[in-house]
Amino acid sequence: MRPFAYVDERDVAGAAAAVHAAPGAMFLAGGTTLVDLMRQGVLAPDLLVDVHRLPLGDIELDDRRARIGACVRNAQLAEHPELRARWPVVGEALLSGMSPQLRNMSTVAGNILQRTRCSYYRDGHSPCNKRVPGSGCAAIGGHDRDHAILGAGPRCIAVFPSDLATALAILDAIVYTRRGDGGARRLPFDGFHLAPGDTPERETILDHGELVTHLELPTLAIARCSHYFKVGDRSSYSFALASAAVALDLERGIVRDARIALGGVATRPWRCPDAEQALRGKPAELSSFRAAADVALAGAVAGRHNGFKIDLARHVLVRALTELAARPR
Amino acid sequence: MVLLSVNGARHELDLDPRTSLLDALRERLGLTGTKKGCDHGQCGACTVHVDGRRVLSCLALAVAQQGHEVTTIEGLAAGERLHPMQRAFVECDALQCGFCTPGQIMSAVAMLVEVDDRRRLTDAGIRERMSGNLCRCGAYPNILAAIRRVRP
Ligand SMILES: Cc1cc2nc3c(=O)[nH]c(=O)nc-3n(C[C@H](O)[C@H](O)[C@H](O)COP(=O)(O)OP(=O)(O)OC[C@H]3O[C@@H](n4cnc5c(N)ncnc54)[C@H](O)[C@@H]3O)c2cc1C
Ligand code: SF4
Ligand code: FES
Ligand code: FES
Repeated sequence: MRPFAYVDERDVAGAAAAVHAAPGAMFLAGGTTLVDLMRQGVLAPDLLVDVHRLPLGDIELDDRRARIGACVRNAQLAEHPELRARWPVVGEALLSGMSPQLRNMSTVAGNILQRTRCSYYRDGHSPCNKRVPGSGCAAIGGHDRDHAILGAGPRCIAVFPSDLATALAILDAIVYTRRGDGGARRLPFDGFHLAPGDTPERETILDHGELVTHLELPTLAIARCSHYFKVGDRSSYSFALASAAVALDLERGIVRDARIALGGVATRPWRCPDAEQALRGKPAELSSFRAAADVALAGAVAGRHNGFKIDLARHVLVRALTELAARPR
Repeated sequence: MVLLSVNGARHELDLDPRTSLLDALRERLGLTGTKKGCDHGQCGACTVHVDGRRVLSCLALAVAQQGHEVTTIEGLAAGERLHPMQRAFVECDALQCGFCTPGQIMSAVAMLVEVDDRRRLTDAGIRERMSGNLCRCGAYPNILAAIRRVRP
């Protein structure tokens, strides 16, 4: 690991300014992504600004919204009773991944800013445009079993792996930030993560030194009827090969409104507006769900070893919708 | 200087910021009960409690633990009297090589504190909640039996 300096910040503006002022600095939250990747030599900051003691550790709820501090631990968010009632998909997504120890350490902001699990990125030496821009992509034409079938580009096909982010994608979430120069931004979650395009090393629209301070979930009637379903190589403690975050508004067996996002298969959180549209006005039954899943996967592109994900994702989405529609309400 | 509070004792250590909590415990404080399995957050062998919550000491930086209370497997027993979970692991023969055992025990103790109603914990529930602790020897059936014995 490269040597680095460590500072423990207690002040939001101070933390943002400290990273902003040093080109090689990074925020440290739970460290479950960052320390791991520093040990691999993938990330090599020369200054860590610890944010875990910032006053951003609370969940505030009222009729209009949930306001979730960036440093809320993922375990805290998963277990919050009222949040689980109003946005069940959030807790289900969190409990579908990591281990309890990791959920106790890691934070909400760190979760939506975690890095890909692409093994070429993580090994620290293979050609990888995300790690070393312009060096190529070992996954394209290589061992791409875990890679993306949606949103991939000619320079990077890595999956963005966050279960939480997949859930947030259907909830109209907002990310609040504090910038290093003192300004603040309010960023819709839709558009927060970038497609790889020509710059796979840029994963979000955050600037250097821009601190995430809060996530906001606006109150949504449809979110009360929401669900997360995930399939990985093991039934617990593994990343998604395919997952679906879904919400349904049903009236007498007819879908009035639907929300759908896919995880484990795309380069960023992947909302499926066309599939949602395909469901509206349809009976909440298997044939409609299958038709919507076909629409959701219509643009999927298989590489060498990940073609199975197209079918898998289709089945995962149908299963998620079927389970949700069968829930007593 | 980093002030670490471990098992109720305070230690002032001159530490490179790169030092993980795991390495500080094992190599600086001589507390070798906590094990290094993977060093990547994947196996649970390094599980300790920080402020009563189970965490992975391999992904925690020691410098970030100032002001927090760390408990390791060495801090679980009251003198010669084993913690009920330690006793249950012995009685149920819940180990083979023993390498994962300190992590399993620390994880199980914290797990029982996390659940509101222990009596409603099913076997499947225990397995899911213990899924962050791998056992290469496959001692899972007896680990489960030991945890069930402690759960009232
Ligand atoms: C073994 C293992 C299994 C896992 N399984 C899953 C899984 O199944 N599903 C899943 O979704 N995830 C999984 N994860 C990933 C896990 O969710 C992330 O590692 C974790 O959420 C990151 O949070 P953290 O607080 O530890 O972030 P850190 O590691 O501290 O930081 C991550 C990144 O976010 C930045 N950052 C942190 N806080 C802020 C802030 N407030 N503002 C701006 N930038 C910030 C850091 O600079 C860094 O770039 C797994 C991880 C491991 C190690
Ligand atoms: S898929 Fe992306 S992260 Fe993986 S090797 Fe290619 S460029 Fe790197
Ligand atoms: S050594 Fe920490 S999880 Fe394996
Ligand atoms: S007893 Fe050997 S690893 Fe668990």
